[in-house]
Amino acid sequence: MAAIGEGKYAQAFPSFGPERRGAPLQAFLRISETAIRLREKISAPDVVVVLDPALVATGNVKAGLKSGGTLVVNTSKPVGAVRAECGYGGRTAVVDASKIAEEELGVPITNTTMLGALLKAAGLVGLESLKVPLEARFGKNAGKNLKALERAFSETRIEE
Amino acid sequence: MARRVGLEVSLACSEAVKLANVDVIAAYPITPQTHIVEHLAELVADGHLDAEFVPVESEHSAMSACVGSSAAGARTFTSSSSQGLALMHEILFIASAMRLPIVMAVANRALSGPLSIWNDHSDVMAERDIGWVQTFAENGQEVLDLTLHAFKVAEDHRVTLPVIVNMDGFVLTHVIEPIEMPEQAEVDAYLPPFEPLQRLDVHQPISMGGVGMPEVYTEAKKACLVALEESYPVIVEHWEGLAKQFGRSYQPVESYRTEGAQTLFVTMGGIGETCMTAVDEMRSAGEPVGQARIRLWRPFPREDFLRAIAGAKNLVVIDRALSPGGTDCPVASELKSLLYSRGQNVYVSSFVAGLGGRDVTRETFKEMYAQAKADYKSGAPMVSRMVGVKE
Amino acid sequence: MADEGLQSWKSLALGCAMTEPGTSKRFNTGDWRSRRRPLTDREKCIKCGMCYALCPDQCYTADPKAEGYYDWDSFYCKGCGICIYECPKQAISWQDEKEEDKYGPACGS
Repeated sequence: MAAIGEGKYAQAFPSFGPERRGAPLQAFLRISETAIRLREKISAPDVVVVLDPALVATGNVKAGLKSGGTLVVNTSKPVGAVRAECGYGGRTAVVDASKIAEEELGVPITNTTMLGALLKAAGLVGLESLKVPLEARFGKNAGKNLKALERAFSETRIEE
Repeated sequence: MARRVGLEVSLACSEAVKLANVDVIAAYPITPQTHIVEHLAELVADGHLDAEFVPVESEHSAMSACVGSSAAGARTFTSSSSQGLALMHEILFIASAMRLPIVMAVANRALSGPLSIWNDHSDVMAERDIGWVQTFAENGQEVLDLTLHAFKVAEDHRVTLPVIVNMDGFVLTHVIEPIEMPEQAEVDAYLPPFEPLQRLDVHQPISMGGVGMPEVYTEAKKACLVALEESYPVIVEHWEGLAKQFGRSYQPVESYRTEGAQTLFVTMGGIGETCMTAVDEMRSAGEPVGQARIRLWRPFPREDFLRAIAGAKNLVVIDRALSPGGTDCPVASELKSLLYSRGQNVYVSSFVAGLGGRDVTRETFKEMYAQAKADYKSGAPMVSRMVGVKE
Repeated sequence: MADEGLQSWKSLALGCAMTEPGTSKRFNTGDWRSRRRPLTDREKCIKCGMCYALCPDQCYTADPKAEGYYDWDSFYCKGCGICIYECPKQAISWQDEKEEDKYGPACGS
C-alpha cells in the first residue's frame, strides 16, 4: 500500500489457505514501476524475509532466491550462524525482531517490526510512505508499531 | 476525481456495491467470498451504507431473500462461491425466469470433493445455464468496474435480468493492488437510481412466480432466452458508457497480440494477465502466439469471438473446470460448437489447468503451447488434456 | 394458471407475471363436483362456524338473513366433503345433485 501510495504498482497476496496463527505460511509481494501482469506465485524472489527464526533451519528459505538476492532474517544469532543453518552465502540481513516486538509492542508478533528490516535491506519504499497505511491498519496502535519498525531499521545488520 | 488506492480486491467489490447504493444485501459468508460480505456488513453497521443487510442462514435463503427484495423493487446484491453457489442452484433459475435484476459477485472456487477452498471455475460452470448475464474479471479494477456495469445492465429495461460478476477466488479476491476508486458523483452519473419495470405493489397487485403449465412453459423459456440474447447490445453500450464516464474501455472479447499469430491462447478470468506476460516472452523468443480473453460468457459473444480469432490456425483453450464424460470441457466444447456451426476449420487444443488452486504460471502456458504445437503439426485428433497431472 | 388461449411468447408479461389481480375469482371450481353437494340441516346446526372456518375454498359465508348460519356457494364448492367430515353435529350431509343444477350462481350474486 505504501508503494501504491508512492505511485508505483504493487501486488500483495498470501499463500491462499486456511491460515492458523503460528503455522508456517508464505506471503508474496511484487513492486514495479510498471503495471504488473502476473498472478502466479513468486518462485524466484529478489528478497526473502523470514519472520520465524525456526524456519531458517527447516523452511528451505533460500529456495529460488536469485543470486545477488537478499535474505532478511528475524534472529538473535549473527549472520555467520544463519548462513551455516540455511546454506545461503549471499547478502544477508539480521535483526532480533522478536526482542524488539516484545519490548515495543508487548507481543512477539514481528510483522511490522520486520518491515523495518526489509526497508533497511532492500529499500523499496520510503519510511514516510508507510505511515499512512500503518495508521489505517493499526489506528491508535500505529505509533508503537512505527517505533518498533524504526528500531528494527536502525538495528538491522547487513553483510554482503 | 478518482483516487488511486491500494486495496484488497474483495473490498474493491464491496466498495463498488456501496457506490451503487444498494438497498438490500442478503448473503451468507463462504471462503473466498467472505471479505466481500464482511466489509458490506461493516459498512451497513457503521452507517456508511443505508441498506438492509439480511444475515440469512444459508445461501438458499440468501437467493430467496434476493428474489423477494428485487421483486419488491429494491436494488439487490449478493455474493457467494462454490458450495454456497451450488446451494443457491434452484433459486438461480427462478431469479432469471422472474426477470429480477439481482447482481451477484461469485468468488470462483472449486466444488468439493475432495474439499477444496481454492480457485477454479467448477462452481460457475455448474451454473452455466441459469439464464443470467455472466462476466469474468481479470484484475481488481475490472472487479470494481464490472460490478457497477452489472447493476447498469441488469436494471436496464431492455434487459431486466440478473447478472453474475465472476472473480477468481484468492487469485483475485485476496490480492492487494492499485484500484482507481471513483467518486460518488461519477458513479451517480453512470448509474441512476433503480426504476423497476415491474414490481410488487399493493396499489397495483400482480402475481409473480406462478405455475407454468405445459401450454405456457415453452413460451416462458423462449421469452427469457430472447431476453438474454438481446441483452448483448445493451451490455456493450454500457461498457461504452463506462469508458466515457471512467476512461476504461471493455470489450466482450479482448485480443492481445493477435497480429500475425498462428496460435492463440483463449483464457477467461484471472489467468489472463499471466498469459499476456507469457505471450510477451514467447513472442520475444520468436513464437507466433497471441491471446483472446473472453470477458462476456453469457450471452456468449459469438461474432466478437470469431473476429478475435480470425486468421488463427490453432486455438489453445484453457478451461478451469471439467465436464466428466462429456465431449470436451465447458469452454472448449462451446467454442468447437461455434466454430463447427460456422464451418471454420480451426484446430482446438483443449487443456484443463489450475484446478482446485493449482498455480497457473508462465511456464504452464509454455508447456501447453509446446504440446499444442506438436499435436497441431502431427494432425492428431483433437483431445482434451489435463495439465500437470502427476502420473 | 395457464392461459390456454396464449398465441405467442411475445404476449407473456415480463417474467411470466400475472398482471391482472383476482383472476381466480372467475375460476368456476364448482363444476368439479360430481353428482352430489353438501347440504346443511339448520335444525341440527349449532352455528359453530366450523364449516366456514375449514372450507378450503371459502364457500361458506354468513347468511345476512339469519344470524349465525352460513350460506353455501355452488360456484366454488368442489364437493370435497371436508365440511361434512368436520361438522361436530353431523348437520351437513351429501345431497344428490343433478348435472344441470350444478351451475348455480356465485354466492351473493
